[in-house]
Amino acid sequence: MEPFTKLTGIAAPLPMQNVDTDKIIPARFLKTIKRSGLGVHLFDPLRFNKDGSEKPEFVLNQEPYRKAEIIVAFENFGCGSSREHAPWALLDFGIRCIIAPDFADIFFNNSFKNGILPVRLPRAVCNQLIEDTKMGGNARITVDLERQVVVRPNGEEIPFEIDAFRKHLLLNGLDDIGQTLQHSTSIDSYEARQEQDRSWMPTTMTAA
Amino acid sequence: MSASKPRTLFDKIWDAHVVERLPDGTCILYIDRHLLHEVTSPQAFEGLRAAGRKLRRPDLHIAVADHNIPTKGSRIPKDIQEEDSRIQVETLEKNVKEFGVPYIPILDKRQGIVHIIGPELGLSLPGTTLVCGDSHTSTHGALGSLAFGIGTSEVEHVMATQTLLQAPQKNMRIDVTGTLGLGCSAKDVVLAIIGKITTAGGNGHVIEYTGDTIVGLDMAGRMTVSNMTIEGGARAGLIAPDQTTFDYIKGREFAPKGEAWDKALAYWKTLPTDPGAHYDTQVFMTSAEIAPMVTWGTTPGQVVPVTGIVPNPMDIEDEGKRAQHQRMLEYMGLTPGQHMTDLAIDVVFIGSCTNGRIEDIRAAAQVAKGRKVADGVQALVVPGSGLVKAQAEAEGLDRILLEAGFEWRDPCCSMCLGMNPDKITAGQRCASTSNRNFEGRQGIGGRTHLVSPAMAAAAAVTGRFADVRQMG
Ligand code: SF4
Repeated sequence: MEPFTKLTGIAAPLPMQNVDTDKIIPARFLKTIKRSGLGVHLFDPLRFNKDGSEKPEFVLNQEPYRKAEIIVAFENFGCGSSREHAPWALLDFGIRCIIAPDFADIFFNNSFKNGILPVRLPRAVCNQLIEDTKMGGNARITVDLERQVVVRPNGEEIPFEIDAFRKHLLLNGLDDIGQTLQHSTSIDSYEARQEQDRSWMPTTMTAA
Repeated sequence: MSASKPRTLFDKIWDAHVVERLPDGTCILYIDRHLLHEVTSPQAFEGLRAAGRKLRRPDLHIAVADHNIPTKGSRIPKDIQEEDSRIQVETLEKNVKEFGVPYIPILDKRQGIVHIIGPELGLSLPGTTLVCGDSHTSTHGALGSLAFGIGTSEVEHVMATQTLLQAPQKNMRIDVTGTLGLGCSAKDVVLAIIGKITTAGGNGHVIEYTGDTIVGLDMAGRMTVSNMTIEGGARAGLIAPDQTTFDYIKGREFAPKGEAWDKALAYWKTLPTDPGAHYDTQVFMTSAEIAPMVTWGTTPGQVVPVTGIVPNPMDIEDEGKRAQHQRMLEYMGLTPGQHMTDLAIDVVFIGSCTNGRIEDIRAAAQVAKGRKVADGVQALVVPGSGLVKAQAEAEGLDRILLEAGFEWRDPCCSMCLGMNPDKITAGQRCASTSNRNFEGRQGIGGRTHLVSPAMAAAAAVTGRFADVRQMG
């Protein structure tokens, strides 16, 4: 996983609440067995007409936002289905950070696991940042994970909160599985304990 | 934590599964059961393969294909028409062989929607942790299992380690009391709950449903409520196990038997929330707030009683919310003030992991009996599993439905989401017993209204939304 340290990039405004994962990537594009290549379908219902042509009014079809690396949105971003295809599509498009007042839980988790930083900031701040993004090519926002600040184009720094463990993983681009496997002996002893305490737990059937 | 501190059902299951608490409070949580399907697992297997990793405990996993399986005609993978659907199913079959994962083949009579078959086969048990790469995993919480949906990276994490890294969640209690009115079902209860708490109301929480209305539901109804927990923003929705739960589980294929059953039962009885345990958030409702419900918008929280009208966006102060509301009306082809009962429908879908159980099909058949599906309406009944289908046929429900002009299909997710041949087309209005009314969920441009099975059947025979209480 690519580490996330400090990102300075173009931010696209998406002033909508409840942007659900069906909007981020509709179910018909989930029929893939790969993680890559989903960026072309990102926000398909908002971004394209039925004939596949672009909807010019959608922000990611406009300059300079075609190259956006940050999205600023409103409440409950990423609600709905647990599909990790949503962060994969965002990442494949080039989005590394989403700023919103709050996020749906599963999407929030999935983002970290793919090197995308979800930043929670109050609605009033998001409103300001949305105004900033309208400055087009000058709308470069910096997200500094190390120092936990978002820097507005005018230089104002806005601090944000993040869980220390997640920050550590993201800064170092660490994969969760490798981390957990370092605790294998704890898992072994948990299983041994469980065999005693919960001997009623049936296992399932044998392999296919 | 001292033994004397009163704990919630959630606290007890959580505490029993903590392998290790990391310095920042994140826990390595042991996972007792992992259910897999074809849509969210291929990239996880791909990841394992790339890293040269194996499944730690393949015996605690079980796989089934459900989202892409056609509901009529041949169901063998090689006959699936759409190429990418076929590839996903074939990839699952290949992966389960390679990694030694127990698998329920498509032609096995136990095949079905993953959240239907977990409880049905006795795989979902009280006091256990259960996960699946699917947000409606909350369903299994109805049995007192801490069950939640996970993303594909987490699927891979569970495969490799049999654990998940989880930050503790907050406790939320939703208490519903009172006798349900005529024509009201579990679906109406949960739609009313989401209408009240909103689609983000449960974010960051695990919900426990309490109160005599919930306790009075049968297991199918409880599963309907827990199933839609995720639509209220919470990942897991628990209901304390009681005699109804134990009677349901006993004798099921993978449930504990003999001495193990007695031990399990003794443990399960210790699980309900202790008196005085702390909930971070509490919501109280009475059955008076619950009528047969219909959603009008494109999130499950936009819901009114069937006797209600389409709300007016002009009544909303917040500008953003008002704009979103307007967009919904446009998408749904509705005007403020329209009576729900004036809305003509084109399609009816009865099925899904929310309402694809035998009790749901019985409720639909009861309304359909002796009536006919209205002209121009396509009505689909899709049992949630092969076992549900067989049971319905043994009870003659298929004949009642077929005589009334419904289609009787084979088990799958079907029209719940547009991943298999069952879809609605742009502009079509559908009364659906599924769980999501998002734009395009049932097919591009399709308009979904979420309802109970009885309400869906009533809509099918009248050609518009109808108050099931007046259908005698
Ligand atoms: S029935 Fe619908 S909600 Fe349930 S698992 Fe299938 S697609 Fe998901």
